[in-house]
Amino acid sequence: MAGTAVRERLTWRVATVGAMIDETATVRTIELDIPDWMSHRAGQHLDIRLTAEDGYVAERSYSIASAPDEPVAVTVERLEDGEVSPYLTEDVRAGDEIEVRGPIGGYFVWPWQDPGSPLLLVAGGSGVVPFRSILRHRADIGNTTPTRLLYSARSLPDVIYRAELDATSDGVQVSYTLTRQQPPGWSGYSGRVNDALLHDVAWPLEQRPLAYICGPTAFVESVAAALVGLGYPGDRVKTERFGGA
Amino acid sequence: MSPISRGFHGRHRDTTADTDRVPPGQYVTTDFPVLSAGPTPHTPLDNWSFSIKQGRDTLKSWSWPELQALPVEDVTVDISCVTHWTKLDTRWQGVSIDTLLSQVEQDARYVLAFCDGGYTTNLPIADVTGGQAWVAFGYDGRPLPAEHGGPARLLVPHLYFWKSAKWVRGLELLAADQPGFWERYGYHNYGDPWREQRYASD
Amino acid sequence: MDALDGNAIGGLLHEVFGTEMTAAIGTCANCGRVAPVAETLVYLQAPGTVMRCRRCFAVLMVVVLHADMKCVDLLGMAALEPATP
Repeated sequence: MAGTAVRERLTWRVATVGAMIDETATVRTIELDIPDWMSHRAGQHLDIRLTAEDGYVAERSYSIASAPDEPVAVTVERLEDGEVSPYLTEDVRAGDEIEVRGPIGGYFVWPWQDPGSPLLLVAGGSGVVPFRSILRHRADIGNTTPTRLLYSARSLPDVIYRAELDATSDGVQVSYTLTRQQPPGWSGYSGRVNDALLHDVAWPLEQRPLAYICGPTAFVESVAAALVGLGYPGDRVKTERFGGA
Repeated sequence: MSPISRGFHGRHRDTTADTDRVPPGQYVTTDFPVLSAGPTPHTPLDNWSFSIKQGRDTLKSWSWPELQALPVEDVTVDISCVTHWTKLDTRWQGVSIDTLLSQVEQDARYVLAFCDGGYTTNLPIADVTGGQAWVAFGYDGRPLPAEHGGPARLLVPHLYFWKSAKWVRGLELLAADQPGFWERYGYHNYGDPWREQRYASD
Repeated sequence: MDALDGNAIGGLLHEVFGTEMTAAIGTCANCGRVAPVAETLVYLQAPGTVMRCRRCFAVLMVVVLHADMKCVDLLGMAALEPATP
């Protein structure tokens, strides 16, 4: 039945790195060939585990960027003091093997069967990754849920998937807010997501919207508080925080 | 058997350092990682005290100014975390636990350090006396940052660093040993890095 | 490092409980707050994983995994219910 997780043991599997795309100067999308991969739900993530020659192990979680019926891909942002992200965004090569575990998550997933609930997706930086999966899935199945994506990025060159987001299908509105630098003639939002911006973008409460917020902890907490302040019930605001290194 | 990730090194970890100084299974770091099990407390110094308790009795308590008025020592020690990092030559300023315990009459065999935020850790009294332990409030010549346990933490460098309880507020004197927070969850009751006593089964 | 939320330990919890847990609903034994595991406060870098109530900060769950040992303490949860499908 669609939406029900297939109950199988979640084990570490060896995946092979496939095609890679550099989305921005610091962000890369990596396709993974995972044997016996059961499809995932848009919004889920997978865990990646790396083992160094001396036995040192590092593990991180990354949101799945691909839609359920596409080759599995994750999008990774290189963090300055990161340990795993520099490896994944700079060193890894097609054909390399890495361990993965997933798909993981039953909370931060899009219940596309939920009729009539407009969707508000609020992304901070690489928090946009699970939303790309949701938007692709929505398009793949011809779903028409009214959807708004508010995407906060430092500058336009930092916007991931820009071309794809600018070409989104009907019923999807994408707004950007650029927090550090705006190009000349910029007509989108500027500065951090605040109450006024959310008030502009958020769906009216009487439409019973469902909101998803993904990004760094501080971003998620600030936006969640603001949405609750606008009257969004706590159980209609879903959050996924991620953090460094 | 996990495959080796070609070319992955992780953060620079010096495992070739002087093995006489570095306990087994540890690597030397020049960072000072912050590992927390809860939110950082922020107790104002006006409200802060360090107490020695026994059962329900407070045998002695020092306010912040009172603690600062005691003899302060500079200590340079190596510290080892159970998560495998060791940091060499860390410089601390603090008051020796010997100084504090000398001001109370006691014949306890164990102590349980207690802290803002609820963390606890247990130690034999023999391991916090004889110049082996301090209430440390300075790090590298500056006030100990909150993320590293400031205003004051316990410093017991000869044991794994989870015993050097952050945000320490006192010691409870015990006749019988009682496991603290991590000790209850399978970490070793004593925690000697030289014998790699990380887990209860070690 | 800022604390994360229960989403970050989805894989760990699945390993420990044998099933997806981020959507499970937990009740804090200290303050009674009812929330999905995904919305709890999670500290990942300590010697073990500590899950706390986002409202009162009481410890809900501690998970320590070692090669030959899994230690899970749920005493901070008054209840932990699977998500209704």
